[in-house]
Amino acid sequence: MTEIKKVAVIGSGVMGMGIAAQCANAGFKVDLLDIVPEGAADRDAVAKAAIKQALKTDPAPFMHKSRAKYVTPGNLEDHLDRLADVDWIIEVIIERADIKQSLYKTLAGVAKAEAIITSNTSTIPLSILTDGMDAARAKRFAITHFFNPPRYMQLLELVTTEATDADVVAALRQTCDVALGKKVIDCKDTPGFIANRLGTLWIQAATNAAADHGMTVEETDALAGRHFGIPSTGIFKLMDLVGLDLGPYVSKSLYENVNQGDLFREEYRESKLLEKMIAEGYTGRKGKGGWYRLNRAGGKKVKEVMDLKTGEYRPVEKAEGAALAVAKKGARAVFDAGDNLAAAAWDTMSKYLIYAADHALDIAHSIFDVDEAMKAGYGHKWGPFELMDEIGPKWIADRLRDEGRVVPALLETVGDGRFYKTENGERSYMLGDGSFARVERPEGVLLLSDIKLKSEPVMKNGSASVWDIGDGVLCLEFTSRANSLDDGTMAMFNKVISTIEKSDEWQALVIHNEGKNFSVGANIGLALFAANIAAWPQLQANIKGGQDTMMKLRLGKFPVVSAPSGIAVGGGCEILMHSSAVQAHAETYAGLVEVGVGFLPAWGGCKEMIRRHLSNKRAPRGPMPSLVKAFELIGTGQVAKSALEAQRDFRIINEDDSITFNKERVLFDAKQRALALVEGYQPLEEEVFRLPGATGRAAIDMALHDFHKKGLASDYDVHVGREVAQVLTGGDTDMTEELTERDLLKLEQKHFVALAKQPKTLDRLEHMLNTNKPLRN
Amino acid sequence: MPITDAYNAPVKDMKFVLHELWDASELSTYEGYEDASPDLIDAMLEEAAKFMKAELLPLNQTGDREGCTLENGVVRTPTGFKEAYDKYCENGFTALSTDPKYGGTGLPHTMEFMVQEMVVSTNMAFGMYPGLSHGCYNAVYLHGSDELKDRYLPKLSSGEWSGTMCLTEPHCGTDLGLIKTKAEPKGDGSFAISGQKIFISAGEHDLTENIVHLVLAKLPDAPEGVKGISLFLVPKFIPNADNSLGERNGVRCNAIEEKMGIHGNATAQLFFDGAIGWMVGEPNKGLAAMFTMMNAARLGVGMQGLGIGEIAFQSAFDYAKDRGQGRSLGGTKSPDKPADSILVHPDVRRMLLRMKANNEGGRAMAAWIALNIDKSLKHADAGVRQDADDFVQLMTPIIKAYMTDTGFEAANLGVQTMGGHGYIEEWGMEQLVRDARIAQIYEGTNGIQALDLAGRKLGAHFGRYLRTFFHPVSQFIETNAMNPDAAEFVGDLAKSFGWLQQATGQIAQAGLKDPEEVGAASSDYLRLFALTALAYLWCEMALKAKAALKEGRGEAAFYEAKINTARFFYKRMLPEAQAMFKMIGAGKETIMAMDEDAFTLAA
Repeated sequence: MTEIKKVAVIGSGVMGMGIAAQCANAGFKVDLLDIVPEGAADRDAVAKAAIKQALKTDPAPFMHKSRAKYVTPGNLEDHLDRLADVDWIIEVIIERADIKQSLYKTLAGVAKAEAIITSNTSTIPLSILTDGMDAARAKRFAITHFFNPPRYMQLLELVTTEATDADVVAALRQTCDVALGKKVIDCKDTPGFIANRLGTLWIQAATNAAADHGMTVEETDALAGRHFGIPSTGIFKLMDLVGLDLGPYVSKSLYENVNQGDLFREEYRESKLLEKMIAEGYTGRKGKGGWYRLNRAGGKKVKEVMDLKTGEYRPVEKAEGAALAVAKKGARAVFDAGDNLAAAAWDTMSKYLIYAADHALDIAHSIFDVDEAMKAGYGHKWGPFELMDEIGPKWIADRLRDEGRVVPALLETVGDGRFYKTENGERSYMLGDGSFARVERPEGVLLLSDIKLKSEPVMKNGSASVWDIGDGVLCLEFTSRANSLDDGTMAMFNKVISTIEKSDEWQALVIHNEGKNFSVGANIGLALFAANIAAWPQLQANIKGGQDTMMKLRLGKFPVVSAPSGIAVGGGCEILMHSSAVQAHAETYAGLVEVGVGFLPAWGGCKEMIRRHLSNKRAPRGPMPSLVKAFELIGTGQVAKSALEAQRDFRIINEDDSITFNKERVLFDAKQRALALVEGYQPLEEEVFRLPGATGRAAIDMALHDFHKKGLASDYDVHVGREVAQVLTGGDTDMTEELTERDLLKLEQKHFVALAKQPKTLDRLEHMLNTNKPLRN
Repeated sequence: MPITDAYNAPVKDMKFVLHELWDASELSTYEGYEDASPDLIDAMLEEAAKFMKAELLPLNQTGDREGCTLENGVVRTPTGFKEAYDKYCENGFTALSTDPKYGGTGLPHTMEFMVQEMVVSTNMAFGMYPGLSHGCYNAVYLHGSDELKDRYLPKLSSGEWSGTMCLTEPHCGTDLGLIKTKAEPKGDGSFAISGQKIFISAGEHDLTENIVHLVLAKLPDAPEGVKGISLFLVPKFIPNADNSLGERNGVRCNAIEEKMGIHGNATAQLFFDGAIGWMVGEPNKGLAAMFTMMNAARLGVGMQGLGIGEIAFQSAFDYAKDRGQGRSLGGTKSPDKPADSILVHPDVRRMLLRMKANNEGGRAMAAWIALNIDKSLKHADAGVRQDADDFVQLMTPIIKAYMTDTGFEAANLGVQTMGGHGYIEEWGMEQLVRDARIAQIYEGTNGIQALDLAGRKLGAHFGRYLRTFFHPVSQFIETNAMNPDAAEFVGDLAKSFGWLQQATGQIAQAGLKDPEEVGAASSDYLRLFALTALAYLWCEMALKAKAALKEGRGEAAFYEAKINTARFFYKRMLPEAQAMFKMIGAGKETIMAMDEDAFTLAA
């Protein structure tokens, strides 16, 4: 198989830059070439500007600022020779077939014969792109359709034909899936591929329904909601997010490329209002606003929305109606609610589902791929076929029949069954002929959700479950709200630890879950309540209990591998820091954020930051620079914006830990890591430290004072900072004295409880619980 | 002459509570309260004590016997009430704490509450007339338009007009979401109010020329339930532009209730037939407007419990000290008399001390809350105001329920102390039992208070209200852990406090999963809370008393009595806290297990 080591991206627009950055994130050296601007002094100005902009963009395309160095800017006139040793060239230029074809000709002249060339086109069929291309090159050509922003969007549509070299397909799949972490879905070479084909129809049908049924923007968005497994962005908010100007372009292209008689051609409408908004710069979040905007006129922030009837902005109103009132009961209840909203919902969703059923097998290799694409590309909880299973395929078919509409063949085939079935813990999906095929996971993908289909938890309580993930490895999963940690979580940790220690059957523990976030940390609602009733001994006992559990993880007789994805803060972060190893998803956001609620990390977070930064061989000599760094991280409650940052800058993840880019591979990799550690595992030993005590605090105090003077820290921030500094400098000690980890944990307890007694800490906790935002008091 | 005439207002204890236990001098640091110096407060208390004893006490028993009468829609109050009321107004008692802008004296609410205790002790039925006016005043003051305020507040403040609160209807009391009274907009800013209200205290009477009713009613397009209730001001006579009395409004009293007690107060059924009214506050937010003054109203009812408890205690003691029956179990005490005073009997003492401990503890708690009401309204710092308000929110159901329970208990113990003489009408003690009983019911039954505490106040803002009690008490225990003066109390206080903490945690946790657990625990929890609060207050009071004794200031006997009462409370009353804790821990199971049919299987 062709091994892709070196990548080039042609075109440094938002998408090209984003793709280049993600390749750099994954460790590829990337050439980023763009045109030479007319009369420019710096002939690489376009690509250079793109990199510079990328470093300022939020959310950041780069996972670590150092990754920008992996991208070498250049231009298409002077640097074509650099492409000679490139394995994969990704074309991300203007959506015009002729210009693309001409570029391919140029590339053919410089790229090595084995090079793979792909286009990121979202609208032009592969057959047109390869028109006139040398046959050998055409065999090594494909479409790799990324979604924006490439770092954060999971979906990658891979379009190949029968002519495409199997080696090329394998190499692209491997690189995009494993290295870049994308959900790679094979698509047939049809207009809009899978996700945009269905998604565009869905949005068009919804906006048409809004007009036809006299609905407001708010009603339309509320109507496309959780009951259909659609995220809260709904329709119009989604357009605002993507950019209003993009929609008409994709729609028009789709309109032109689909066959006569295609439902989309019937639905397609141009919107004068939309055109006007785009012309006036209302292009969504990236512009002055979109369907929604924040009106700051008159010094007040008013959330406004475009009135579809008047074409003017007006204050947002809460959407209400019979269909919304019953939404909690599910999709069918919404359809049956009897008001205009119910009619609009059926109108929209029936078209979307019919369209999916009619075209699934023209555009994809299976209904499963269609569902996976819609979930990864549009964030839906259910793909269209899973949604039909939720509603009931027969119920839909009957209703269509009653309305005199044509029932799609797949719906006829499924009859009164379901598109998916689970037998003996194996999930399978229906094929076109009504038979079923098993859902196959790629090698190296291990999902807790699959394990759950086949087995019962080894143990569980209200806060966590433990699953057998094979080969003697157990997996502890948090099950509380937002995966917050409480007494139950700690009890489950303690139970699973003693179970593994005593057993011959189990030999390692992985901590993982498939939630949006690994863990938001300790349940501060419980802590606040305990503090409010002055239950100090209980609070301290809880802290000590948590610390004991952390130390069991850290010093235990078997390896513990944490496998986080998403947010892992506070107690969630402390779990990572007390594991034998961390196998993190690249999109892991870890940090010790306790000061935001007026606490300090007290499940060993302070202790670990001390340990980890004191052992940093790259830090300047003496303990103070390391302690100041630890203080900065804890004292400002910073969160790493990627696993890479957590590893490089924060030292939350160890240097010898590795990072997994594909979320679905995290558990597998973590399990392999655990198994690798099992052989001859040597329990870690408690370390000792020498800390500066009061003399060290003086230095930190000066820094705090400086922050305060600059207005970066409030009076109370300074107070909290001083408590943190007490712990980080070892309390009442000096460099002649040795402190154990346990000594530091006791210090954490003491200063945690001291903070819990402060009304301002309690105000911070309450504010966080009420608003999910920190209070700076 | 009724035994209750022996009553003297406990001014000495009030002063102790205001100046030694708490520091009421802080009141005069608040803007608007500059005049409320300790000297002025003391003088006012003396003044009020004299007035109530001279003017109201003589009418208490006669008022009870005579009751109110209804003739042709007009209610006549008992003989002497009108004259006493006029003097009451003349002496400025209706305007004690009202805003000087509307002719008030502008004294702190704390004063108002202290005086209220005396009013209730001397004549609870009478006290309800100005009491209701005061509630009405507060609601309009807080939520009314400037026009309504200018028109009505001066008259309510002076007592020329009185007020009512019209909430209850024949089919709904506790659940006000069910009310049917309607308010139709008339297009000129006024509304036509139609419906029936019952149990309206002071709803009709001859003490004032006009009565201002505050009526809960629903607008035509109002949402269902409590979110669809608005508040209206409906005067009996519609005032003319010059505030002289104009047209008789369409509100009629067609009956007054025959009831167990408070006979001197007219409990009216009112019919509103297109009566003209004006909205107070915002549409559909009437209940909220009503509830902002509910804390004050509920504390007021708590004071009724205390007032009855105090006069019952004093009267029972007065009787007991002169009543000779039998001989002391420990040997004859009065050989020159045919019998010893019944005060020699331990069980009589037990009853009297129980009354005394609850009264003085309750007074300390009432002052604590009252001072915080003033703080929540007047303190310069918004954070301090918020904390004070949190505290008031938390403690209001406790004082309302606990003090009305102990007030009723005290009246019963008074009867018990007096034996058969307590039971007959002549001595006036049985009247106290009858009068006290209503306080456990109105302004939200004590069961509702318990539910308010355990179901709402406990969990509000993740327990933030609780902080205002638990933190200072926890701090107090910590500070006094090694204090030899506190040694005899602080261990038991810490235990009770610990049970309260545990029970609070248990209820919060159980309530998340099963609200019935909260309901099952609520009454015992409120009692545990009250006992712990009293334990804290008795320890504080004993420490202040010991300090005074050491410094040799004041009347030694008073302080020694305080310390003895504190000891009695700790040894003979606080142990109940453990029982409450156990009952709370038992959960709902035994309460909910019984089938409905099974309740009557014995009959």
